[in-house]
Parts: sequence; C-alpha cells; structure tokens
Amino acid sequence: MDFSFSEEQTLLRNTIQSFIQDNYDFDKRQAIVKSEEGMKQENWKQFAELGLLGLPFSEEDGGLNFGSVETMIVAEEFGKGLVVEPYIQTVVTCGGFLRRASASIKEKYIPGIISGEDIWAFAYAEPQGRYNLNDLTTTATLDGDHYIINGYKSVVSGGPWANKFIVSVRTSGDQRDSDGISVLIVDKNSEGLSIRDYPTVDGSRASEITLENVSVSKDELIGEEGKGAELIELIVDETIAAICSEAIGAMKVLNDATVEYCKTRKQFGQPIGKFQVLQHRMVDMFMQYEQSVSMTYMVNLKLDEEYAERRKAASGAKVQIAKAAKFIGQSAVQLHGGMGMTDELNVGHYFKRLSMIENSYGNIDHHLKKYSSAG
Amino acid sequence: MDLAFTKEDENFRQEVKDFINKNFPQKLKDIDKRTDLTREDMLSWHKVLYKKGWIAPQWPEEYGGTGWNITQRYIWDQECANAGTTPLIPFGLTMLGPVIIGFGNEDQKDWVLKGILSGNDWWCQGYSESGAGSDLASLRTKAEKVGDHYIVNGHKTWTTLAQFADWMFCLVRTKNDGKPQEGISFLLIDMKTDGIDVKPIITLDGGHEVNEVFLEDVKVPAENLVGEENMGWTIAKFLLGNERTGIAGVARSKKAVERLKDIASSEYIDGENLINDSDFNSKIADLEVDLTALEYTELRTLAKESKGEGPGAESSILKIKGTEIQQRITELTMEAVGHYSNPYLTPAFERQGSNYLTIGPDYSHGVAQNYFNTRKTSIYGGSNEIQKNIIAKMVLGL
Repeated sequence: MDFSFSEEQTLLRNTIQSFIQDNYDFDKRQAIVKSEEGMKQENWKQFAELGLLGLPFSEEDGGLNFGSVETMIVAEEFGKGLVVEPYIQTVVTCGGFLRRASASIKEKYIPGIISGEDIWAFAYAEPQGRYNLNDLTTTATLDGDHYIINGYKSVVSGGPWANKFIVSVRTSGDQRDSDGISVLIVDKNSEGLSIRDYPTVDGSRASEITLENVSVSKDELIGEEGKGAELIELIVDETIAAICSEAIGAMKVLNDATVEYCKTRKQFGQPIGKFQVLQHRMVDMFMQYEQSVSMTYMVNLKLDEEYAERRKAASGAKVQIAKAAKFIGQSAVQLHGGMGMTDELNVGHYFKRLSMIENSYGNIDHHLKKYSSAG
Repeated sequence: MDLAFTKEDENFRQEVKDFINKNFPQKLKDIDKRTDLTREDMLSWHKVLYKKGWIAPQWPEEYGGTGWNITQRYIWDQECANAGTTPLIPFGLTMLGPVIIGFGNEDQKDWVLKGILSGNDWWCQGYSESGAGSDLASLRTKAEKVGDHYIVNGHKTWTTLAQFADWMFCLVRTKNDGKPQEGISFLLIDMKTDGIDVKPIITLDGGHEVNEVFLEDVKVPAENLVGEENMGWTIAKFLLGNERTGIAGVARSKKAVERLKDIASSEYIDGENLINDSDFNSKIADLEVDLTALEYTELRTLAKESKGEGPGAESSILKIKGTEIQQRITELTMEAVGHYSNPYLTPAFERQGSNYLTIGPDYSHGVAQNYFNTRKTSIYGGSNEIQKNIIAKMVLGL
C-alpha cells in the first residue's frame, strides 16, 4: 500500500499551483466572477496549453491517458483557488461520457475538448427529480434516423458557457425506471432549444434548458438506447470523486486561514487562538479535513471496482465531504466573527462553494440511502 | 402553574388578529421581502402600531407601553408572526428605550422616548469596533470633554442599518486608566453632525445591512450623556441583556418551520412528497422539539421578568438556542429546496432583462442567501461562545 504521489504527479500539482498563484488570487477570481461572461477564456486556453483538458483521454484520442489520481490533483488545487471555469463539467463529466462513446463520436468531439474549443455541460436534473438520476420526464422518441427530444432540465452547471450538452432522456419506460434511459449529445444551437442563464450563489453560472421538439441524429446517442442508467451512474460517481477533491482543496484553505486568523486576532489581551473552546473547534475542523482527504483518496482509487464497492466508496465519500463541508464552512465563518460574514474576505466565498458542494449530486440523506442499499 | 388560555386571552387574540388583518399595510404584504425594503417601508407598520398605541408592549405603561401581561405579549408576538408582519426595527424599541427608562434623565425620557415611539427617530447601535468585538470593553473610540461638548473620534463597525439612522447610541472611552470597563460612557449622537461618515459593508449573501461609521472630531452636546460619565459599561450590559431576550424569536421560528413544512410538501423525492420522507420528517420533528423547549424556556423567563426580576444571565440561553434554531431552519429549508438553492437571483439580474421569478419555484428564491445571512446570528449580540462564558461564570459560578 502506498499513498505517496509520483514525481510526475507532484510536477502536475506544482503546475496547477503556479497557475493559481499567477492567475487566480482572490481579487482576480472575484473580477472573473463579476465579469459579464463569468469565466475567463484566457484561462481556458491556458488549460489547453498545459494539457489539462486532455488529461483523462487516451493517447489514441489525443489525450494524456492519466487516471483519477491526476484528476484529483487538478480538482483539489482548483478547489484551493475557487476556480470557476467548468473543468469538472467539461473534462471529467462530459469527457467521461465521450471516452465511453463510439469511435465516431470520440473522433468527432474529443479533439474539440482537448484543444479548448468546446465547453460542455451535463443536463440531467429535473425539477421533480431531486437527486434521483433516473427520475426523468424529458423524453426522446425515434423518428426515422433522428431523436425528437421534449422536456426541461434545471440548474445545468456551466450551461451558459457550454456550446454542447449531454442530456439524459427517457426513451422508454416509466418516470423512474432504470431501464429506458438514454444519453444524447445536443448542440446548443439546436432548433427548439431555449436557454435561460443566471449566476449561482457560489460564483458560478447555470442555466434552465427547455427542449421543444429538438431533433438530433441517432448518431449522437452515447451507448445503447435505453441502457444509459448504468453509464450515467458511473460518470456521476467519477464526478463525485472530482468534486470531493475540489472540496478538500477548499477546506484546506479555510482551515489554514482560520488557524492563522486565530493566532493573530487579539481579544481580552491575547490571541483568540489561546482560548481552549476555539482550539477544540479548530481541532475538530482539522479532523474533519483529514477524514475527508482519506475518503477522497479512497474513492478516487476505487472508481474501477465492481459496482457495490464503487457505490459505497462514492456515496461514503460524498457523505463525509458533505458533513465536513458544512462543519468547516460554518466554523470558519464563526471563528472569523463579523469579518467572516463579509463579501470582502475570501472566507465567505469558500463557505458558499462548500455549501453548494454539500448538496450537489446528492445530499447526505440521498447518499446514506445509496450506501446502505449497496449491500 | 397553568398553561391554558382564559376566555379573556382568547378574546384578546381575536382582537389582535382582527387588528392585524385590517391594518397591516397592503404594500408590505405584496412586496418581495428579499429586495431591499426602503426606510419608509420598514417604518410603515411601526407607524400604524404607534397610532394604535401598541408599539411598545415591553415598556412600562407610564412611558407608552401597553400594560399587557406576559400572556398577552406572548399572544401578540404569536399573531404577528402568524400574519408574517414585518419585524420592527429593534434599536429604539428593544434596546435604547429600556436604557433611557432606567438610566436617562427627565429631559432624555421626554425627547428620546417620544422619537422612538413615533418612529420619527431611527436609532443605530454604535458598539463594536474592529478591535473590540467579543471583547467590547477594549473599545477605543474616544470622547473628550471640551466645555459643554464631547469631541468624539474613532471608528465603529457592524453598525446595522446605520445608513437609515438619525441617531446613534454610542459607547465611547472617557477614561484611559483603571480597568477598561470603568472608562466607558454612553452617548447619544446625532448622525447629521459634521465629521460622521457611514460606509457600507456588503455581506456574503450580497446584502447591505451593516456599515462602518467613522467619527472625526464629532461635537456632541454634554447633555447627550446617558447616566453618569464612565458608567457606560453598566448600561451596555443592561442593554445587551434586553437584546438577548428579544433575540430568541420563537414565534417567528415557528412560522418559518411552517413554511419549511409547506416547501417539503411541494417538493418531491422519488415521486413522493419530501415531507413524507422519514429522514427529512424526523429532522423537522427534531427541530420542533427544540423549538418547543425554547418556547417554554422563554415563557419562564418572561414570567420571571414580569415579577420585576430583570433578565438575568439565563437570557443567554435564549440567545444561544434561539439562534441555533434559526440557523437550523435555514439549513433545512435550503436542503428541502434541493437544486434550486443554487441560482443567485437578484433584482439586479432582473434589470438585465431576465425574469428571475420564473426560475425555480417561488419559495426557492433567496433561500441560500438567507442561510448564509443567518450565520451572523451566532456572531452578533455577543457571540454564542461569549454567551456560554456568561452562563459559566454568572449562573454556574465557574
């Protein structure tokens, strides 16, 4: 057993760290968030130049053929900088689907991701579905050699920046059946697709998407018709692993900032870090962080295991990360006092991002149920 | 001991209900409460209650109070919360009013109390400084007596709604030697005086509630001193005791739990209503049990108070438990809303031409901002850590 990183992995981490240092200090991040577009195209280009956009793709597809540990490193360091550019959405989630698609789809779409030309988003959530990935009312029916899609997708993360979507649809079966789910690629400019974009509380952007008789070629189907549920669950688990990695990066920054603040902030004639009640709170924050790191390593190493093992790893990690995100986020604000409540200090922004991670791709209750039903 | 309401109580409840129903301003019912209310909006309900003579139930009758007993006050709070009336601005009514009644001179009792009751004077609280938060006694804003004036220099922060205030009650340092608590005085400062500069602080939910207040050579007439010079700490503590009692917010939390249940009844999980999900439902039940315990703790405190025993250190329980419950409600509300807690929909967004009200269900709007904003409650009014210190020292004798 070995939890150390290879030289190559350390080099990758250093690369991202210096990118964050040069391009993503808190002021620069806030300027990006407040800009009209909400992300920075130049950063995306730089990701392409650094090879990050090709990280998980096979060499055959033009990528670097790296595994989940490398993705974890990238996401963790991005988490430290609160990076808003949709790396996980495009490369990990949508890239994950494309990597498993037919040769012709790979050839058609993967180069556009690696070069930085295309940004992708995964449209899966629906208003009634909560975190159940199979609860779908968006339908696609085959008409000749085209699918006709009708339905509604909510809170599509990174939607405003994407020019391509991967959409989960029902091609047969009842609303919550696992059979009958399919995965389709939909171009943003498709006729009948209307989109409403908005900012999100964690500094990102998202969209509501209405699909009205949107026609896509049946060549845009990923996997087999009606058999998409398993693939979606796998990709969501890989996404969860990446989000957990992002979260431990954000937690680390909050913990370090809080300890530092408590060492310097003086009240009652001494640094407030001298008060035992605050020390114990910071120790609890530290322990939550360490437990989260452990679970994040674990899930990233178990993504290729058989289903039950992977299910428990992903849901278990998500539960731990959600608990820690809440505890560390709330505690960091509390220990910073009024300063923690301000928009000016970075602490509140990390807290907001962690609060959204808590519930994304399923909250604690959802994943506890998933965990216990995995056997 | 008796928990039942008498027939008179029930009659009173009906009277109160009818009054609110008829007189609560229509505009406040229709307004989107997440958008910044104007100063006039915030005062409109105040003015209605002033006219009726119901503006200060917690004050003695001779100073403009209602003469209600604790049961009636309880009913009043409950009915206001049920009707969702806009909360009254507490700085004059809850905080300064009782201070003036207890420590002010006849002249101050006259003009200060009148201005608070009528709503003509909007007060803000000049307590915290950047170096004096939990350790309030270390405050450094200085007041020097020159002739018949004090000259005030310094900086206050986290001053809630100072942007609307006519007046500030302010803790200032009038003596530097001895214990820090012994050199503090309580001054009333006209916000229109030269040398006062109010700067907004934007909070993490994007709102503007709090401010920094800079004071440079601000001339304050000596007669605006409340009590004796250097006895400000006693007054400050008395005021914070009152602030804590009001902070429990039981009736409003009950209303917020009802709203949470409504949301959970509209949301779905695997085709069922979320309210029927046993995990979620037991979290709501747990919250309600906590809230019931707090309700009866508050009633016991009020009963003690009505016998003339001022709010003791026990009122710290109300502050801690009250704020923990408020925070828990906002957490669960955000959880109930699911994906739609994430959109950040503001009036500014509306002005860009998108109709934000059509994104997600109505009840999801502002839920996350409310969660973020409510984190302040365990920090302000003496942080919850400080409240625990107070209980440890004053109640448990540790």
